[in-house]
Amino acid sequence: MHLTRDRIIAFAVLLPSLILIAVFVYGFIGQTVYISFTDWGRGAALALHPQMNLIGFDNYKELFTSFLHGRFRQDLINAFFYTMSLVLGSLSLGLFLAILLDREPRGEGIFRTIFLYPMSLSFVVTGTIWRWLLAPGGGINVLPTFVGLPAGHFRWTSSRGQILTFDWQSIPEITAIVVALVLLFLTIRTWRTGKHKRAFAVAVPALILVLWALFGGRMVPQMLPIPEKHGFNLATIGVSLAAIWQFSGYTMALYLAGLRGIPVGLHEAARLDGANDIQYYMRVAFPILKPITLSAVIILAHISLKMFALIFAMAGPDNASTGHPAVLMYLTTFRGNKFALGASIAVILFLLVALFIIPYLVSSYREQRRRAS
Amino acid sequence: MRFKKLAIAVLVGIGLLAAFGTVFADNLTGDLEIFSWWAGDEGPALQALIDMYNAQHPGVNLINATVTGGSGVNAKAVLKTRMLGGNPPDSFQVHAGQELIGTWVKADRMEDLTWLFKQEGWMDVFPSGLIKLLSTDKGIWSVPVNIHRSNVMWYIPANLEKWGVEAPKTWDEFLTIAPKLQAQGVVPLALATNWTANHLWESVALAVLGPEKWQQLWDGTLSFTSPEAVKVWEMFGKILQYTNDDAASLSWQQATDMVVNGKAAFNIMGDWASGYMATTLGLTPGVDYAWSASPGTDGVFMMLSDSFGLPKGAPNRDNAIAWLQLLGSKAGSDAFNPLKGSISARKDSDLSLYNVYSQSAAADWQKDIIAGSLTHGVVANEGFMNDFATVMEMFLTSRDPQQAANACEAIARQNGIGE
Repeated sequence: MHLTRDRIIAFAVLLPSLILIAVFVYGFIGQTVYISFTDWGRGAALALHPQMNLIGFDNYKELFTSFLHGRFRQDLINAFFYTMSLVLGSLSLGLFLAILLDREPRGEGIFRTIFLYPMSLSFVVTGTIWRWLLAPGGGINVLPTFVGLPAGHFRWTSSRGQILTFDWQSIPEITAIVVALVLLFLTIRTWRTGKHKRAFAVAVPALILVLWALFGGRMVPQMLPIPEKHGFNLATIGVSLAAIWQFSGYTMALYLAGLRGIPVGLHEAARLDGANDIQYYMRVAFPILKPITLSAVIILAHISLKMFALIFAMAGPDNASTGHPAVLMYLTTFRGNKFALGASIAVILFLLVALFIIPYLVSSYREQRRRAS
Repeated sequence: MRFKKLAIAVLVGIGLLAAFGTVFADNLTGDLEIFSWWAGDEGPALQALIDMYNAQHPGVNLINATVTGGSGVNAKAVLKTRMLGGNPPDSFQVHAGQELIGTWVKADRMEDLTWLFKQEGWMDVFPSGLIKLLSTDKGIWSVPVNIHRSNVMWYIPANLEKWGVEAPKTWDEFLTIAPKLQAQGVVPLALATNWTANHLWESVALAVLGPEKWQQLWDGTLSFTSPEAVKVWEMFGKILQYTNDDAASLSWQQATDMVVNGKAAFNIMGDWASGYMATTLGLTPGVDYAWSASPGTDGVFMMLSDSFGLPKGAPNRDNAIAWLQLLGSKAGSDAFNPLKGSISARKDSDLSLYNVYSQSAAADWQKDIIAGSLTHGVVANEGFMNDFATVMEMFLTSRDPQQAANACEAIARQNGIGE
């Protein structure tokens, strides 16, 4: 690695953008983190030089334990369900569409354009269209009346129903059970491969976790003074539908490119060996598409954490049932004047996005190195 | 020195105005940037003021910076980033009262306007109840441009006759006639998105508590967990049973539409609903639609007001002061308000310029007890208002009065209500 003229020029050309990114991206991320550890001005948040005292993790503690911030905790749960439904919905619908188009129907080009088109819309446009479609007194709800059926009664984004409710206090127990289930799954898989000793080694912690969740969980000090119910808000279904509609075309394009990239010979070989279509897709195509699925999951997951505009346009800022930490962050900061608390929400959201992005960057970086070498 | 010169200029100007009763050109120059969220329907009213200003001060280049979005959600966010960045406009629109005081006065970003009020004789032409809501012990902070009323109930007289009910005078009366309406397939009370629930809540609270105890909530002498305050939530919960269940998806206009279409009997909304029905829907006030004070609040005027203040460090201070003088003047407010559908804050406005509804509101304005609105920024700071929206969502889901009251007390303490 020595300095050639070429390298110096390359570095000089990159330098301005490096500096700009360092200041305006990483510098501001750093500042947001710093602000989240302060109490920013208290009552006089908008003073020209607001008073700032470092208060450590108090803002974060408040978000997770103060009974006033139940909305934040529900928003986190909403974000989880938004991510799950956008990823699963778009992947399955996109794959389905890709398989249909892979069979080269007539007018394939037109369909491809139609399916891909929603992606070119901004979230605000999507939100406005779906807001009208899902108006409780019109749109989708009155569709059945055209064929003589009674109108739909679901209130979509104004629904206040909640299913799968659980107490926020029992999050540690729920986590323990989930981890135990994963371990149990691993146990069974290891047992099948014949490594009985190793399977046993996995089963023991699983059992301990289950026992702890059933009997020991109550020894953990309570986070909140009163039980707090959270769950899956039915109102989020409408928002998820709109998001899936927008991004399934995109996953279709990804998968279609993948399917087209599979050598024809492979398909024919499978046929010759007597595989039917289902077997071909299950055993041959899907394993080849795995890397595409991985990038699609990562891209969709981080988009789902940036659904601010869609929710804002579709359900409005104050509809807590469809809430999302991004919307709450905006309201807390710019309407409620609580800049430090807003910064904490932003940092939490940033960490969630990083959870998806960093593994992706690492894996794509590795791949590049592998190709380069 | 500059101040003295200005004061002289102003005094001379006023003298001339009084003497000739006409507008005159002066030698103010430079820019004037005014920041508001008045676009769309409210644009013409603002334009009328701008035209007057341009005629009076032809040397000034007036920059009309508007950021659209109902009740200023987006405008306020833009304004905050500008102010934090040290780039204030010369004058900006803000809801009069604690929304201004809690955000900007506490942060020491506004100039005291007491001298202007005294000089212009506004201490006598604005009702003292209003001036009290605009002030702290350190000064008066903004010039009110208009007055809207929050506690109004709207209905269609012909429909009520058809359904065999009368407009209720109290909430108890409402609760007895509501089942009758429901039996006929009519929604007794139309409700829309979250903030309209807050809006309904303040009318209910005013009825249950009365104006004195309502004020005590905000100066910290009455607790939100007191039995009376809990009763507000209980009553509010009972009333909610008689509202439409798709409320969260509707805009306030759609809730008003429900009343106009005969799907609902009543709607509690500020008097911009009158502007909507008269101007947009083309109905005749007093004939096609009617109104009364919301149940149990007769004789009380729950007000909200748009106002303009003078930020410290305004780049064109003299021009901004001339703007404020125009806003508070009789001519200015009578040019603006008939177009906006609001009434003038002055007690001496020319009522012949206004429509039937505004005339009745103006008559009430002059004789009623004045109370401040919560939802529209008069009695509580923005921190409380923002948190209250969350408390409301909590209540709309749980319908638990005691829990809502406890949460209100907690956010009141956290946001320094009554300090």
